[in-house]
Amino acid sequence: MEEIKTGVYICHCGLNIAGVVNVEDVAKYAATLPSVVIAREYRYMCSDPGQDLIRNDIKKLGINRVVVASCSPRMHEPTFRKTVADAGLNPYLYEHANIREHCSWVHDDKELATKKAKDLVRAAVRRVYRHEPLVVKEVPLNPNVLVVGGGIAGMQAALDIADGHHKVYLVEKDPSIGGHMIQLDRTFPTLDCSECILTPKMSDVGHHPFIELLAYSEVEEVSGSIGNFKVKVRKKARHIDESKCIGCSVCEEKCPWKTDSEFEMGLAKRKAVYIPFAQAIPHLAVVDPDLCAYIKSDGKKCGACIKACEAQAITPETLLKQTDEIVEFDVGTIIVATGYDQFDPSVIPQYGYGRYDNVVTGLHFERMTCAAGPTGGKVLLKDGRQPASMALVHCVGSRDQNYHEYCSRVCCMYALKYAHLAKELTKADVYQFYIDMRCFGEGYEEFYKRLSEEGVNFIRGKVARITDEALTDEEKGKLVVISEDTLLGKLVRVPVDMVILCCALEPRSDVEKVGSLFGINRRADGFFLERHVKLDPVATPTEGVFIAGCCEGPRDIPDTVAQAEATAAKALSLISRGVVTTEAAISTVDEDICHGCGRCEEICDFHAPKVTSKNGKLVSTINEALCKGCGACAVICPTGAISIKHFTQDEILAQVAALTEVS
Amino acid sequence: MEISSPYKEATDVILEAGGEPLKLCYQCGLCTAICPWNLVRNFLVRRIMHEAQLGTTDFGSEDVWTCVTCRACVQLCPRGVEIIDVMRAVRRAVANLGIGVIPDALRISAKNIAGVGNPFGEAPEKRNDWVKDLNVKDFALGTEILYFPCCVPSYDPDAKTVARAIAAIFNKLEVDYGIISTEAKCCGESIRKAGHEDTFQSLAQNNIGLFCSSGVKTVIVSSPHCYHTFKNEYPELGGKFEVIHITQYLASLIDEGKLKLSNKMNKKVIYSDPCYLGRHNDIYDEPRKILQSIPGVELIEFPDARADGLCCGGGGGRIWMDTPKGERFSDIRVEQAAAKGADIIAIACPYCFLNYRDSVLSMGKAETIQVKDVAELVAETIV
Repeated sequence: MEEIKTGVYICHCGLNIAGVVNVEDVAKYAATLPSVVIAREYRYMCSDPGQDLIRNDIKKLGINRVVVASCSPRMHEPTFRKTVADAGLNPYLYEHANIREHCSWVHDDKELATKKAKDLVRAAVRRVYRHEPLVVKEVPLNPNVLVVGGGIAGMQAALDIADGHHKVYLVEKDPSIGGHMIQLDRTFPTLDCSECILTPKMSDVGHHPFIELLAYSEVEEVSGSIGNFKVKVRKKARHIDESKCIGCSVCEEKCPWKTDSEFEMGLAKRKAVYIPFAQAIPHLAVVDPDLCAYIKSDGKKCGACIKACEAQAITPETLLKQTDEIVEFDVGTIIVATGYDQFDPSVIPQYGYGRYDNVVTGLHFERMTCAAGPTGGKVLLKDGRQPASMALVHCVGSRDQNYHEYCSRVCCMYALKYAHLAKELTKADVYQFYIDMRCFGEGYEEFYKRLSEEGVNFIRGKVARITDEALTDEEKGKLVVISEDTLLGKLVRVPVDMVILCCALEPRSDVEKVGSLFGINRRADGFFLERHVKLDPVATPTEGVFIAGCCEGPRDIPDTVAQAEATAAKALSLISRGVVTTEAAISTVDEDICHGCGRCEEICDFHAPKVTSKNGKLVSTINEALCKGCGACAVICPTGAISIKHFTQDEILAQVAALTEVS
Repeated sequence: MEISSPYKEATDVILEAGGEPLKLCYQCGLCTAICPWNLVRNFLVRRIMHEAQLGTTDFGSEDVWTCVTCRACVQLCPRGVEIIDVMRAVRRAVANLGIGVIPDALRISAKNIAGVGNPFGEAPEKRNDWVKDLNVKDFALGTEILYFPCCVPSYDPDAKTVARAIAAIFNKLEVDYGIISTEAKCCGESIRKAGHEDTFQSLAQNNIGLFCSSGVKTVIVSSPHCYHTFKNEYPELGGKFEVIHITQYLASLIDEGKLKLSNKMNKKVIYSDPCYLGRHNDIYDEPRKILQSIPGVELIEFPDARADGLCCGGGGGRIWMDTPKGERFSDIRVEQAAAKGADIIAIACPYCFLNYRDSVLSMGKAETIQVKDVAELVAETIV
């Protein structure tokens, strides 16, 4: 057998480790251990000169086992594995001892901490001795990408990938793409018309040769793992012939059945057969089976649209017989961009939403100011008058431990936007009730200054109550907003005609279901969990699944687009590499001991073990492409036939024995 | 120019006295805006929090004793600041260190409570005199329920009717109950809120010792203040009992069909949610169920009811302090009740009882509006 020559490297990590642990002592100790031919200590092992120490020792001293005692392996095990691999040594002949998070950071007693560090190093040396070289395999990665959600985030990601000439399946649950952004009128701080900047992108998506748009569809099932996901999508029945519909809207005109329009936030009605909005993509009609009298009466009532449609896209066949379609396809990466819901302020009784006609939310106001909207761009009270005074209430459902503790990030800015629009479209006096003004982005603070110049009244105080009970003549017929003006130190009662509540952005109501479909966890605040808040914000702990936009937390359009592009970059990087490296530290079955009981197959979340007949005997075989090395099968195996490479019983027991030795 | 500098020592005193919650306040001002005091005068709750944060609290100000602990602010606070605890801590600092002035009326009541176990300064031996000719037995080991009336119905000549009504109901329904000996003292809830922590501890120890040695398992109370402290504050001091408010008890008897109210009472009754039943302990429905079970009663609601209900002004020890006319919450309530055409204001708290009766009298409305405890209405209509 080859002689084992171990190199041990103790990192100072500045004062992080050296401030508590006597690193020189530990290095001296390490040099005395069996198999160790060189032991060094250095200020920053992860730095280039630090890594050079290892590389040179491998080349010049013939080191064939390496131990670095430093921070958590989560930080730098990958770094040093790469260092070792660069010098020509198999990266699995490396062991990482944590003498920072597990030692210097949690102990005050220097003597005891140094002793503990020595114990940890001894155990690492004992274990690395038993490491075997492991081979990392590569599996081809399917270059197709699934993007879930057709809002600005999903569309941007899809376009970036499709422009790279790779196929994207874009699945959107609503009949049209556009998300919430298409509902917005102007966007801060430039006051660009949202529809004007978004519709070209929507059109691109609709026509892109590399994007297959599955609108009015939802993902039903996902299996597999990075590089090879199998996806099942339910295409909901529109009850029209998509190949014939030209989107002329005559069916909508003739249909007599009405309900509140979801797109117009209830400010207008839509019909049972409708095109969601003028710029909808796909530009196709859709029939609401819960409202359509023909469908509900099984063909006995109405049928006005059938007669009206000149393209004959609506027929008794499509209305009564058309069913949902299941579409299946394979992709290598998934990008989830499912967006947000607007907080429903009816749970805050003090604000009177739902009780008073003229207390509205932000999205309502967007539809009102939009020139193509239900009021033709006029700001109107319920009774049709123009408001002479308006109030904006910040932090409705945000920064409030009774609802959502987080700040929704965009409300200060859109409140300023509404104040501006109110000034532009009406002669109203505008009162803005804020706690703080969060204007962090490009042009944001300047926008705030502009609003001051426009004569908006800023009152610093969280609104306690909105009431229609008048105490003075001035207040009669008005909505009275009650708050403390904290800067004046006085209670204020401000009578206004209309109140806009700046509501929180919250996770979608189906976020739990969607999360479990794609294996995405959620944070404490309910939004999807990223892999690392600062350094890996669009990846999730599940490899190959990325998140972008407001499904990860409230954010403005620039940040959403940047994130979407980041997920596209991640996907394109994987596609460009073309392969996925499999985990090397995976399960392996000793077929002599295995008697094919199948418990490993039952317990595995990744469907890696499969019991099959081999040479007349039932044995389990591990699919190396799927196995993640979690160890569940090894634990459950009743005969001990399964072991995990790199974590064999022999290695672990040796490590434990080393730790428990008296030094 | 008046310059203020942070004074850490004062903040430390308040923090040590239980004021830790003040650190969370982010000065949004919601508390000030919702506080009922701002209906009648200026009271900047938010500023008091900030002054405590900086240590510039004016311990001599009357603001120290203003809070009625009604919980309207705590209920809505976006940071979850226990504002009542901060008010109590400031008061405790004054009471312990003598760095401010305790209002006279409060000082006298506090002295009485500490001395003879009740705020009126009446003899302890007279605590059970409200019984008079009624058949009420002493609580003994094995008695199922202890009825604890609260100092107000025990001693106040008008409020005695509430205790007597409850005793009459229990007797009619043959409830196995008794009253504790005259060694019992005030529950201590309000004097604790008024910053007299040592007095509270001594009262609690006395009562817990007495209840335990008498074998008390279940206590029915007529005051939401006794309810609050027995249920929420006594357990950590060793007093773990099952605590029930009389309205909860009567409502459950109605549910079980054991209490029938058959005598008609054709009146418009408006119910005032006591702060310590409602906002402090989430009990809103039981008293209403009882009133709706009285035949002929039309139950009406105040414009701000339930969790938004206006305090009568009696909590936080203010029941013993003077509130000038024009600043009395109960006056506002009586106006609201009259505007709604109410015949009877139904209450479920002895402090509300005293305050509303006072207001009705001083506003000259005694001919048109009566103030009755829910228990009294039950006693009048029980068959």
